[in-house]
Amino acid sequence: MNLWQFVEPSMLVNLAIVVPVIGALLLIAAGNYPNLRESVTLATAALLFTIVLVITDNTFNAVAMETTWVALFPGLSLTFVVEPLGVLFALVASFLWIITTLYAIGYMRGHKEDNQTRFFFCFAIAISSVMAICFSGNLLTLFVFYELLTLSTYPLVTHAGTEAAKKGGRTYLGILLSTSIAFLLLAVMGTWAVTGTLDFQPGGIVADTENKSLLAVLLVLFCYGIGKAAIMPFHRWLPAAMVAPTPVSALLHAVAVVKAGVFSILKVAIYIFGIDRLKEIPTADVMLYIGAATVLISSSIAMTKDNLKARLAYSTVSQLSYIVVGALLATPIAAAGAALHIATHAVGKITLFFCAGAIMVAKHKKNVSEMAGLGRVMPITMTAFAIGAISIIGLPPMAGTWSKWFLTIGALEADKLIIVVTLMISSLLNIAYLLPIPIKAFFAKQAPSAEPWSWAEVQEAPLPSVIALTVTSAGCLALFFFPQPLVDLINLIPGINGAINGVG
Amino acid sequence: MLEQHLPALAILLPLIAAPIVFILGRSTVVWLLATFTGAWASIVAFQLLLTTLAEGAIHYSLGGWSAPWGIELTVDALNAFVLLAVTGVSTMVLVYSKESIAKEIDKAKHGFYYTAYLLAMAGLSGILITGDAFNLFVFLEISSLATYTLVSLASDRRCLTAAFRYLIMGTIGATFILIGVGLLYMKTGTLNMLDLAERIAAFDRSRTINTGLAFIVVGVSIKLALFPLHRWLPPAYTYAPSAVSSFLASTATKVAVYVLIRFIFTIFGPDYVFYDMGMDMVFMFLAIVAIFKCSYMAAVQNNVKTILAFSSVAQVGYMVLGISLVTTTGLMAGLIHIFNHALMKSALFMAVGAVFYRVGSVEVHAFKGMGKQMPFTMAAFTIAGLSIIGVPLTAGFVSKWYLVSAALQQNLWVIAVLILLGSLLAIVYIGRIVEAAYFHDVPEGRDASKLKEAPLLMLIPMWVMVLANLYFGIDTSLTTEAVGHASEWLFQSTELLEVAQ
Repeated sequence: MNLWQFVEPSMLVNLAIVVPVIGALLLIAAGNYPNLRESVTLATAALLFTIVLVITDNTFNAVAMETTWVALFPGLSLTFVVEPLGVLFALVASFLWIITTLYAIGYMRGHKEDNQTRFFFCFAIAISSVMAICFSGNLLTLFVFYELLTLSTYPLVTHAGTEAAKKGGRTYLGILLSTSIAFLLLAVMGTWAVTGTLDFQPGGIVADTENKSLLAVLLVLFCYGIGKAAIMPFHRWLPAAMVAPTPVSALLHAVAVVKAGVFSILKVAIYIFGIDRLKEIPTADVMLYIGAATVLISSSIAMTKDNLKARLAYSTVSQLSYIVVGALLATPIAAAGAALHIATHAVGKITLFFCAGAIMVAKHKKNVSEMAGLGRVMPITMTAFAIGAISIIGLPPMAGTWSKWFLTIGALEADKLIIVVTLMISSLLNIAYLLPIPIKAFFAKQAPSAEPWSWAEVQEAPLPSVIALTVTSAGCLALFFFPQPLVDLINLIPGINGAINGVG
Repeated sequence: MLEQHLPALAILLPLIAAPIVFILGRSTVVWLLATFTGAWASIVAFQLLLTTLAEGAIHYSLGGWSAPWGIELTVDALNAFVLLAVTGVSTMVLVYSKESIAKEIDKAKHGFYYTAYLLAMAGLSGILITGDAFNLFVFLEISSLATYTLVSLASDRRCLTAAFRYLIMGTIGATFILIGVGLLYMKTGTLNMLDLAERIAAFDRSRTINTGLAFIVVGVSIKLALFPLHRWLPPAYTYAPSAVSSFLASTATKVAVYVLIRFIFTIFGPDYVFYDMGMDMVFMFLAIVAIFKCSYMAAVQNNVKTILAFSSVAQVGYMVLGISLVTTTGLMAGLIHIFNHALMKSALFMAVGAVFYRVGSVEVHAFKGMGKQMPFTMAAFTIAGLSIIGVPLTAGFVSKWYLVSAALQQNLWVIAVLILLGSLLAIVYIGRIVEAAYFHDVPEGRDASKLKEAPLLMLIPMWVMVLANLYFGIDTSLTTEAVGHASEWLFQSTELLEVAQ
C-alpha cells in the first residue's frame, strides 16, 4: 500500500471513477484481441479494487476525501465526498466486478455471444457510474450518475438483440427513466426548493423544515423515484432485465444497479431526512408497509416462476425491499442491518445467478423443472447454489444471517411486530422457492438403471465461471464468520454510530 | 474603428454578401463565401455578447441619425445572446448545406439558396438588434420572405403547398404585428422601443394600447408557432430541404420568441401585460396544451421530420411557459431554452438530413438498421435526442432544471409535474427512432452496402452541435451568466421605469 501514499486522498475518488472509464477505452482499443481485451478488463477491475481498498483504509483512519468537478449550476456542483456507506457499497461492487469479469469470460465465450467488446465496454462504464454514485456528495451528483447508470446498462439488457430483448429493454428503460424523471428529479428539485441545499449531511438537511406534509410527499417521491429499488408497483423492469446475458443479471441486476437503488434510498434516509427526523414523517410508515408488502408479494410470485432467472429476479425484488424496510424503520440498528444486507445479499444472489448462468452454458437449461438430477452432472455448481440459497434465506452459517438478524432487532426496537412477522414469513417463502432446486438436483429419483456416480459424469461450465461461483459461495461463508470489518465500517456511518457491535 | 460599428456589422455582413452571392451563382465559391460571412457574423455576435456583459447595453445610431428620428440599434445581453445562438447555428448549417443541398435542391437553384439564406440571416439579425418597433417589422418581412423561398426550394413538389401555407400564415402574422405597431404609433407618436415603453406606461389601460397588444401578441404567436397557431409549421419543416429545416427550427421560431419577450418586457412592461391583462394565464394554459398535444402528435407521426417539427412546437411551449411564470428564473429558463433548443434541434435535423442523403427517405422505417450503417450520424441523433428528453449532462437538462426550479419557486407543483411528464413523451418519440436505428436490420430491398456513413462535411457540423449540447450541459457559466444578466435587466428596466414615474 505504500505506493498509494503518493496519491492524494481526494485524488483517489477521482481515480475510482475514472479508472473504469480508461479501462473501457483501452479495451475498445484491444477489441480485436479477445485475450488482451479480457486481460485489460481484469487488470482494470483489480486496480479499481485496490483503489477502493485504499479508500477504505483512509476512511478507517478518518482521512477526509472529497473532490469537486464542475459547477453545473450556480451553487450546485458535481461533488464527491467519501462516507462509510458509500465505501461499503463501493467495496462490494468493485470486488464482485473482478469475479464477474472472470465469470463473464467463461460465460460469454462458452455461449459464443456477439459484440463482446461492446459488452465489456458498457460494463466498465456502468461500474464507473456506480463508483460515482457511491461517492456522490450531493443529490444532484447522485441523480446525474443514476441516469448514466440506466443509460449505460440499457445496451447490456438488449445485448441479444432479439425481439424479447427489445421488449425487455423497452420496459427497463421506460420504467427507470420515467420514474427518475417524473419522481426523482421532482423530489431532488423539491428538496432544493425547500432547503436550498442538496448536500448529504450527517443528520439530514430537512431538520429546519416545518412543513411536514411536504416532506411526506418528498419521501414518497424519493421512494418511487428511485425506481432501481424496485418497490412495487414499479418493479417490472427488474424481471424484464433478465433477458440480458447472465453476467449482467448477476453483477448489475443482483448487485450494482439494484443496490444503487436501495443504496440511494438509504443515503436519502440517513443523509437527507436523517434517521431521527424520518420517524416523524407520516408517509414513512406507509412506504414501510408497501415495502413489507413487496417483500411478501414478490416472494409469492417467485414461487410461481419456472424460469430460474425470473425466479431469482422476483427474489431480488423481495430482498431489495428488506433494505427499503430497514431504511424506513428509522432505527439505527435497522439501518445498519439494511446496509449490511447490501453486502450479504450481494454475495448470495450473485452466487445464485452465476449458478443459473453456468447451468445455461453447460446444459442449456433455463427452467427449474428441468433441473432435477443435475447435481450428478454439476456438483460444484449445485453445491454453490445451495450455499447461496441458504445465505439468502438467512440461515447460519451463511452471511445472510447477520443482516436479517439486525433487521429483525431493528423492527423489534421500532415496536413494529408486523415487520418481524413479515421477515419470518419471507424466510419461509425463500425456503419454499429456493431450496427445492438443489434438493431435487441432488436427491431426485434416478432411473433404476443409473450407474453409480463418478467424476466422469461431471460436465461443469468453463473453468473461469466455476472459479467465480466457488469464490462467491466461499464469500457467503466467510462473511458469516468474519463480518467484523464490514460491521466496523457500518458503525462509522453517522446516525448509526456504533449501534451494532459484539458480532463474531 | 470597426469596433464601434459592430452592431451594424451583424446585419450588414449577410445583407451585403447576399447580392454578391446571387451574382456569382457558382455553387462551391458561393458556399465558401456564405460560410465565411456566417462565421464572421458569429464572431461579431460573440464580441457583442462579451462587450454587453462587460459594459452594458450598446446604443448605436444608424447613419449617425440619433433616435427618435433615426433608427437605433440596441444591443443588450438578451439579444446579443440570442444573436450568438442564431449566427452560430446558421453558420454550422451553412457548412452542412453544401453536401445536403447537392442532394435535395436542383443545382441551378443553389445560388438562390445561399442568397435567400443570407437574407434570412440578415433579417433575423436585424430583428434581434434593432431598437425600433417598425424597423423590427421590416426585418421580419425580409427574413420571412427569404424563408418562404427557402422552403419552396426543395425538389419534393409538396414543398410548394407547404411554403404557400407558411406564406399565408406568416403574412397574416406580420400584418397583425404591423397593425399593432401602427396602433401604438397612433397613440404614442414614436417607434423607438425605449420611448414607446415610457409613453405606454403613461397611458394607463388605454383601449388603443390594449388592442395594439392583442394584435402584436397574436401576430407574434403565429410567428413562433404557439399552439393553436402552429398549423403552418409541421408541413413547412417536413417538406423543406433538410438544411432549411435545420436552420428554421433553430433560428426562426427562436427569434419570434425573442420578439415576444421584447414586446412584453421592454415595450409593454410585464406588470401591464401579466397583471393588468392577465396574459400569463393565457400563455401558461396554451403552453401546457402545446407541450402535451404536440408531444403526443410527435409520438404518432411516421415522418421523422414531422416528428421533429411537432417536437419543436412542444419545445416552444416550454419557452412560453417559462415566460408565463413571470419571474426572473422563469424568464431565464425560457431564454436558456431558446439557446439550448437551437443546439439540439439543429443537430437532430442535420442527422435526419444525413439519413435522407443516403437512404432518400425520412420515414421512421428509413432509419431501420442505420445504427450499424451510419454509426456516427445515429450516435449524434441519439445524443441530441437525449438532450431533448433532458438527460443530465446535456443542454436539455439545464433548461429543464431552470424551468422546474422556476415553477417550484412559485409553489406551482402541478406545473412542475406537468413539465416533467411532458418530457416523458419525448422519450417516446425519440425512442421510436433510436429503436428503429439500433434494433432493426436494414429492410429488404435496400442495398445495405450503399448505405455508408454520411460525408465528412455533414458529420463535422453535426458533431459540433452535438458537442455543444454536451458542453453547455456541463459548463453552464456562459449561458447562465448571459441569461441571468438579460432577465434581471428586463425586470429591472421595468422597475426603474416605475420608479421614474
